[in-house]
Amino acid sequence: MTYIKSKIRHPKQPKNSIGYVKADYEGALSTLCAGCGHDSISAAIIEACYEMSIEPHRLAKVSGIGCSSKTPTYFLGNSHGFNSVHGRMPSITTGANMANRDLIYLGVSGDGDTASIGLGQFCHVIRRNLNMTYIVMNNGCYGLTKGQDSATADFGSVNKSGTENPFPAIDLAGLALELGATFVARSFSGDKTQLIPLIKAAMSHRGFAFLDVISPCVTFNNNMGSTKSYEYVRDHIPATAAHEFVPQEEEILISYPGGSNTSVRLHDGSSIQLHKLNANWNPIDRNTAVNRLQQAKINGEILTGLLFVDKDSRDLHEVINSVDQPLNSLRKELLCPGTSALNKINDGLR
Amino acid sequence: MTKACRVNDMVIRFANVNGTGSASANDLFSKAIFRMGIPLSSKNVFPSNIQGLPTWYEVRINENGFLGYCDGVDIMVAVNPQSFTRDVASVNKGGYFVYDSTKKLHPDLIREDIHYIGIPMMQLCMENYETPRQHQLFKNIVYVGALAALLRVELEVIRQIIHELFSKKEKLIPPNVKALELGANYALEHYSEPLNVKVERRDNIKDKILIDGNSATALGAIYAGATVGAWYPITPSTSVISAFEKYCKRLRVDAETGKNKFAIIQAEDELAAIGMVIGANWNGARAFTSTSGAGISLMSEFLGLAYFAEIPLVLVNVQRGGPSTGMPTRTQQSDILICAYASHGDTKQVLLFPSTPADCFEMTAMAFDLADRLQTPVIVMSDLDLGMNNHVSPPLKWDDKRQYDLGKVLNKEQLEHMEDYGRYLDVDDDGICYRTLPGTHPTKGAFFTRGTSRDEHAKYTEDAATYVRNGERLQKKWQTTKRYVPGPAFHQPKSEHALGVVYFGTSNYSTLEAVDSLARQGIHFDVMQVKAFPFNDDVKNFFEAHEQVFVVEQNRDAQFRSLLINELGLLPNRVLSALNFDGMPITAAHILKQIIKQLPEMKPAGVNL
Ligand SMILES: Cc1ncc(C[n+]2csc(CCOP(=O)(O)OP(=O)(O)O)c2C)c(N)n1
Ligand code: SF4
Ligand SMILES: [Mg+2]
Repeated sequence: MTYIKSKIRHPKQPKNSIGYVKADYEGALSTLCAGCGHDSISAAIIEACYEMSIEPHRLAKVSGIGCSSKTPTYFLGNSHGFNSVHGRMPSITTGANMANRDLIYLGVSGDGDTASIGLGQFCHVIRRNLNMTYIVMNNGCYGLTKGQDSATADFGSVNKSGTENPFPAIDLAGLALELGATFVARSFSGDKTQLIPLIKAAMSHRGFAFLDVISPCVTFNNNMGSTKSYEYVRDHIPATAAHEFVPQEEEILISYPGGSNTSVRLHDGSSIQLHKLNANWNPIDRNTAVNRLQQAKINGEILTGLLFVDKDSRDLHEVINSVDQPLNSLRKELLCPGTSALNKINDGLR
Repeated sequence: MTKACRVNDMVIRFANVNGTGSASANDLFSKAIFRMGIPLSSKNVFPSNIQGLPTWYEVRINENGFLGYCDGVDIMVAVNPQSFTRDVASVNKGGYFVYDSTKKLHPDLIREDIHYIGIPMMQLCMENYETPRQHQLFKNIVYVGALAALLRVELEVIRQIIHELFSKKEKLIPPNVKALELGANYALEHYSEPLNVKVERRDNIKDKILIDGNSATALGAIYAGATVGAWYPITPSTSVISAFEKYCKRLRVDAETGKNKFAIIQAEDELAAIGMVIGANWNGARAFTSTSGAGISLMSEFLGLAYFAEIPLVLVNVQRGGPSTGMPTRTQQSDILICAYASHGDTKQVLLFPSTPADCFEMTAMAFDLADRLQTPVIVMSDLDLGMNNHVSPPLKWDDKRQYDLGKVLNKEQLEHMEDYGRYLDVDDDGICYRTLPGTHPTKGAFFTRGTSRDEHAKYTEDAATYVRNGERLQKKWQTTKRYVPGPAFHQPKSEHALGVVYFGTSNYSTLEAVDSLARQGIHFDVMQVKAFPFNDDVKNFFEAHEQVFVVEQNRDAQFRSLLINELGLLPNRVLSALNFDGMPITAAHILKQIIKQLPEMKPAGVNL
């Protein structure tokens, strides 16, 4: 059952720059287990969209199947959403984006949805650099089918029934880097201060923005020995940097004590400011990102933060040279070549 | 051997090696017959292979317009020694075997009851051209020249076509014309006696065109305003998208910006292809995909989603020989049931059955209107024979006044004045509800599309009564669908015989030829062509008006018959079958034989079974 939250508005509720209150970005009441990491990610999405002043109807939510893929019901209730079939969110989003390049596309998936049944579509949507944000709510298991190991479960991680996973994990962030993703970040559902700016930056990126968010499953994979439990993640989480997202019209004010600061200006004029925690890492160099990720793996760490961004990439519409107007807005007059053209074609076939 | 000469009625088969350039030479020959005003059909019989295996190209010339495939060959043009044995055997008694006499024929290949016409094709080429590649290419034109001369095809017509073909590469015209003449002159000098078949100019083509079904399908999609095409390569549907791309580049590039008013995506597989099409249609663009064989199986899950979530989409199924990889380069109509009931659960899909390229054009364009109107997938059931072979077809027709039927989609103003919007509310009592597109209105009309059960306001529910209500509304929509899809066509003003024949798709020519020939033997049938599924009452009435009805189809299991019996509640013993599933198009002789076999009491004297 889904419950609809009452939409009582307090007059004093703050509004964002386009006049919407936070409640305008909320959705139905979540039916996920209490404490599920996915709910925290939904909350971060709501926060990010509210703060970025996105018009809710200019964003489309697309997902596959799983507990994670249910979450689009629980945020942005004024946006159209599409809960498709298992592992196929990328293709639905690709078609939707081809039809209307003017909307923001937010894809939500799970680790089962992405790393197993949907691995092929995940790889190919990266190759095409589709302009979308792709969030994986990664809990290392199949929540909705009751906790089986997923392909992102770490080697040796112990699941609720006490079995050690005998297979190596697919590292989705590493894979995305390898396949040429133009924005790759990793975060943790329990770290709002990092997650929110990363979601904002991902949505401002033109091209494919991938966010691998570790999101513990409290019911099936939060036990001792699991490498995706809250406790384990908190204990093993270094970050690439402290992040701040700076909208286009604002000046960059933040500065951190110590360390070195970098700012990456994104396509739409906004920027993400990074307070780098490691001097040997450069967010616009794919190689250092791959190396850092590999090194973290060897150290048994879960590296989070912005890993890589290529801010000048060409998205799929540019590659296929489609018109600037959304294709779904073209009417018959612009699409149908008419009788005289057809007569010419007929003549050519005689 | 008879010396009476048959005019404009013959079958010619070219036996070639694939990858040697013979296809364009064979087309050149066909085009010449067409330009002489004589109806013909041509079939490519090709292997699933790129180079080196035997291929055949078969032309049936028939001035009465019986253009179905038929067994038996009057003239064999044998250019491939690999298949000589088989090729010699397939010539009709009294027919001709035209071969490359550069090398002597093996004595085993000599039959007493056929004529041999040796043309030293390779030798003529070696004497007149330099490179081995030229020898191979012009050899094809040499046999076209020889055959044309033997059959009295007007050489001037062929010369004209060569000029048109190479208008952009004029250098190639003289060597091609020369090859044509080398062949023709040799044939005339050495075989001066007329053959027992020949062609003669007629005026039976009128305004018709020569086109393959897949090109016509692609044009139908363009005229219907399709902007998104997603696909994965598979024979025989690949050329639908290649033609779509070719014509889009010609007709759909914005003159000012040079940008494309279309998006074609070669997907990673058929699942992704149909997923993209669903995403695009959900978002209000007209989108389609085409596939064959295994692609249909892969698309099954998504077809169920589109049915249940009520998303329009157009799928062109160019059927080929199954099951599994089956006979990928042969034709069949064997996806009827899997398409009609595609996907798990209670599902039904709308099907259209084109018979000619003109149908491919019209039905594809219509499919987009139907899909949008009915908010459901529409599958155009073409096949390899229709899709990949050239057919003489009525010209493609479009009415500039014709508007697209985009169905029930609410715009911003309509939403503005709406109190209670529910995506699955049956406001008009026809089972079809109102859609909204993402991005339409800031606060109204958004809903969540899903393949799970939901209520009238698109909210997830597992409530049994709500689920049943939705299922029943979908049934009501199915009834409404019958009013929109094209009804059957009848070949007689009204039924007058006890026996009926039903066909659909590419069994058209052979069925009509068989019925014609039965009528000449005193057995009369009423004929119905079914054009769409669901079947409307006219289809049912035809069965009720006839004691026995034969259903002609090109699969093993009589799938169409099953569908008819199941959907219309027909008595199985009154519905008989004439089937072919060998991968070649069904022939009139085959239909005739099967019908007569099942009507022993009606067997006319003198008919051999
Ligand atoms: C084709 C298909 N196979 C299997 C399922 C069953 N199924 C539903 S959700 C799911 C796994 C979901 O795991 P994940 O994507 O990690 O999401 P989570 O529930 O963990 O958030 C599976 C196997 C399905 N819906 N469709
Ligand atoms: S089963 Fe796990 S993933 Fe699913 S809702 Fe519960 S905690 Fe979340
Ligand atoms: Mg999971």
